[in-house]
Amino acid sequence: MSSRGSWLTTSRTAAVLLPVVGLIAAIGLWWAATVVFTIEPFLLPSPLDVVETFLEQPGYLLKETGVSLLETMGGFLLAIVVGVPIALLIVRSAVLERLVYPLLLGVNAIPKIAIAPLLVVWMGFGMFPKVVMVLLVCFFPIVISTATGMKSTPVELVELLRSLNASRSQEYFKLRLTYAMPQIFTGLKVAISLAVIGSVIAEFVGAQAGLGYVISSSGQSADTALAFAAITLLSIMSIILFYGLVLLEQKLLPWAQETR
Amino acid sequence: MIRLDGVGQVFEGRGGRVQALDGIDLHVRQNEFVTLIGRSGCGKSTLLRLIAGLLPPTYGGVEVAGEPVTGPRRDVSFMFQRPALLPWRSVISNVMLPVEISGGDSERSKSQYRDRAHELLDLVGLKGFERRLPHELSGGMQQRVSLCRSLIRSPKVMLMDEPFSALDALTRTELSAELQRIQMELATTIVFVTHSIEEAVVLADRVAVLTPRPGRLREIVEIDIPRPRSLGQNAHLADVAQISGHLHGLLAERPHDQVDVPEARR
Ligand SMILES: Nc1ncnc2c1ncn2[C@@H]1O[C@H](COP(=O)(O)OP(=O)(O)OP(=O)(O)O)[C@@H](O)[C@H]1O
Ligand SMILES: [Mg+2]
Repeated sequence: MSSRGSWLTTSRTAAVLLPVVGLIAAIGLWWAATVVFTIEPFLLPSPLDVVETFLEQPGYLLKETGVSLLETMGGFLLAIVVGVPIALLIVRSAVLERLVYPLLLGVNAIPKIAIAPLLVVWMGFGMFPKVVMVLLVCFFPIVISTATGMKSTPVELVELLRSLNASRSQEYFKLRLTYAMPQIFTGLKVAISLAVIGSVIAEFVGAQAGLGYVISSSGQSADTALAFAAITLLSIMSIILFYGLVLLEQKLLPWAQETR
Repeated sequence: MIRLDGVGQVFEGRGGRVQALDGIDLHVRQNEFVTLIGRSGCGKSTLLRLIAGLLPPTYGGVEVAGEPVTGPRRDVSFMFQRPALLPWRSVISNVMLPVEISGGDSERSKSQYRDRAHELLDLVGLKGFERRLPHELSGGMQQRVSLCRSLIRSPKVMLMDEPFSALDALTRTELSAELQRIQMELATTIVFVTHSIEEAVVLADRVAVLTPRPGRLREIVEIDIPRPRSLGQNAHLADVAQISGHLHGLLAERPHDQVDVPEARR
């Protein structure tokens, strides 16, 4: 390509440096805005206020982060455990697909915030309804991406396995599922971000722990800086989980990087 | 080795009935190399899939090695136009796939097959590439891997559906020379579909010409040019050209004005 900006697009250092520069610039703007416009801290706290708030009670905030993380991961893993077999069944049988698909679409169409109170009624105030909420939020993209990926297996590969007298389960596990892995990972990356959102939504309603609970209770005491600290922690968690998946994908699917 | 008696294939599709093949009688002897030519859509791939047991014929009988074909057989291998390699498997484990999927013969152990795989890769000039992934190879190299895979269980019958059509002329020449050598060495029976008349003539003991709608065998032409033959430089250019001309005439015929060209026939 052109030589212009080549260091910025190719170097590894730049790859790490550029997002950091972007982040620092954004935080700088935020800080400048609070100073220049002298915004009240309870409306928009400055970055320094937020850091201060965090440093006042790091143990507490990290503990709540741990709760949210646990719910997020629990629901996410459960969604994989439930979603992938459902996708397998959908791909396997057209009848089942017609039977289940509208149901899945319907469940996915429900605004999840609307059922958060119901989950509390059914399952109480503990962690379980939160995990279920995360599961509900993120299993749809997992099912869709897995099913689409398996269906997009090239016919010549399917025909090859058939010509080798492969059993149905060999066709699905040795070929289709592996072939779908890059697409499954795309679905997982969508799902993990949704999972974080799902856990927060669930914690808004009937929770005694978690970052969502911290945010909703700080709203009642107008402790905006605390809410911002919790939001920042959520974002960091979300980003780390996302890049965790990216790294896992690179490690597990070296063959998929080059065939794009 | 392969016997087709009055075979016909009808597809009932959304667009209605398609009579893909009708009244095919073909007997391929052991160690014979038969090439199959015909216009696009005249049923060549369908014919191969019938022999491979991937598709049951609508009517008529298909036999391989004296037994009616009921499904894919271990001693029959199929090679496609595209390499059809699993992208996450290394070259060597792609070659080993057939053994892994449905096992080998009982008298050969897995490690013997592995040695055989190395031998085959060596034979087609891919020594040192065993651990590579398919995307690291060129299209021609991938097709060679595919060839090795179809040879790994020493099949009695090889069915090849335009295996070299995506390759450049030089690679194609090399691989078809390779294929002839392998065939002579292993006494394999081969049915080979191609769009290239010259390739059909150079490789074959007999060329079967299929005419479309419905697919029928128009003629089977014996090629008695001595082997080894080669595409490109060739001591029998005149013979090849003459037969090619005849075949070309057969393919260009419309179903209505079928006239024989006896002076060109051998
Ligand atoms: N599964 C199928 N369902 C319906 N029709 C089919 C099916 N497979 C093949 N056909 C039809 O049968 C006819 C022969 O197809 P086939 O693939 O055997 O042709 P071919 O000679 O291999 O063509 P090409 O040279 O283009 O590969 C075509 O008219 C095709 O539309
Ligand atoms: Mg074809």
